[in-house]
Amino acid sequence: MSEPIPAPLPRQSADADGHRVPSERPGPPLWLLLELTYRCPLHCVFCYNPTDFSAIGRELETGEWLRVLAEARALGAVQLGLSGGEPLARDDLETIVAAAHRLGFYINLITSGVGLTEPRLRALKEAGLDHIQLSFQDSTRRMNDFLSSTRTFELKSRVAELIRKYRYPMVLNVVLHRLNIDHVEEILGMAERMGAEYVELANTQYYGWAWRNRGQLLPSREQLRRAEAATARFRERVGARMRVFFVVPDYFETRPKPCMNGLGRVFLGIAPDGVALPCQAARMLPGIAFPNVRDASIGSIWYDSPAFNRYRGEAWMKEPCRSCPERARDFGGCRCQAYLLTGDPDNADPVCDLSPHHHLVTEAVERAQQDGGEPSAGDLVFREYRAGPAREL
Amino acid sequence: MIQSLDSAARPAISAGFRLQWEPAQEAHVLLYPEGMVKLNRSAAAILTRCDGRRSIADIVADLERTYSAGDLTADVCAFVSLAVERHWLELSA
Repeated sequence: MSEPIPAPLPRQSADADGHRVPSERPGPPLWLLLELTYRCPLHCVFCYNPTDFSAIGRELETGEWLRVLAEARALGAVQLGLSGGEPLARDDLETIVAAAHRLGFYINLITSGVGLTEPRLRALKEAGLDHIQLSFQDSTRRMNDFLSSTRTFELKSRVAELIRKYRYPMVLNVVLHRLNIDHVEEILGMAERMGAEYVELANTQYYGWAWRNRGQLLPSREQLRRAEAATARFRERVGARMRVFFVVPDYFETRPKPCMNGLGRVFLGIAPDGVALPCQAARMLPGIAFPNVRDASIGSIWYDSPAFNRYRGEAWMKEPCRSCPERARDFGGCRCQAYLLTGDPDNADPVCDLSPHHHLVTEAVERAQQDGGEPSAGDLVFREYRAGPAREL
Repeated sequence: MIQSLDSAARPAISAGFRLQWEPAQEAHVLLYPEGMVKLNRSAAAILTRCDGRRSIADIVADLERTYSAGDLTADVCAFVSLAVERHWLELSA
């Protein structure tokens, strides 16, 4: 989710103090993400899925997903992401893609590639799948297998070949962190050999399992500097043949990201159990009853539910955001990050150096310097399905 | 840039992009992975004619006829250049 849709801003007006308040209805949920399942054959330590996903209720059935698609499309949703977990774990993926295509969605499959056989890819192509984003854990088989805790590297190389054979652009996404960021040069070399056209080197965002493992995953400044330098050298060598995006971890920034372009403005996510979310990570936010598509229409959820109106406009903001000239650009940053770090989701995202809690971010970064970026994998918690709480490894 | 465009070149929407009418936005949009461009009417009028068969000269002639306009060559070439630069269009000779 690196490139938010450049969308028209919701119509807003200002109150007497100059604070913008939502007036008319917001724009439509242009970008729909279906997390079809939390099931996944991998066990990535940086996964943003909730750490208690094992306890989350039963997945929506095919007919329920198709109703979600039809209702969202009627409201104006047009970009569709199919994600998870591993979306290929659903054996009705082809049916869902075909229905979405008939409705006019632009469909992007976000996959680890596990389960993407040639017959399935052929069927997905025929069903109208527009685009595939393949995730890779690292370039070396050993590291890849370690970080995803399963032997998938060779499989992914085969999948990459299939993706090219079926004439999809080869788009790779690699999540970076302390344990693999020193391999950026090898990762890019591998991407080049695989014929990748786009590579996104996305530094880990600290939610879910990644939050749990933050102490082991946050890179040092020196590591980050070397990785950026390696990326720049690579770009210079390959020129326009490949496009490489390097997403800096926001912990190293002084201004927060405009998370989701503002909650409830363009993005609508549906979790495997039907819970509707204004951001994939938002179900962690306390005191908000997120509606379920089993109980309500997409239209009423998007426009009328308290959960989706909670962070629209600016009335919810506290200082320093409330009077900040940059509030219309970054919307105070990420509510989940504010909650995880400060305990109050209404606070400014502590990534911002205007936040009184910014020290919480800089202290975490400083601890990463002291560790020297040394891989210390012993304490990592691998994402896994369990009846009880996650096991500490 | 504009001068370098050959009016015999035939522009087509790039692979992986899709142009469609969106009733909810009352506009044509160009869709691509995780992104969308909402097009104004003149951009849409040009892009909907970029089918890989018609040359730039054909498109200019068609637009001049449709909108009873004077010479649109410079406007069309400027937009096509921009669209190629942004990877929305591919040119073939």
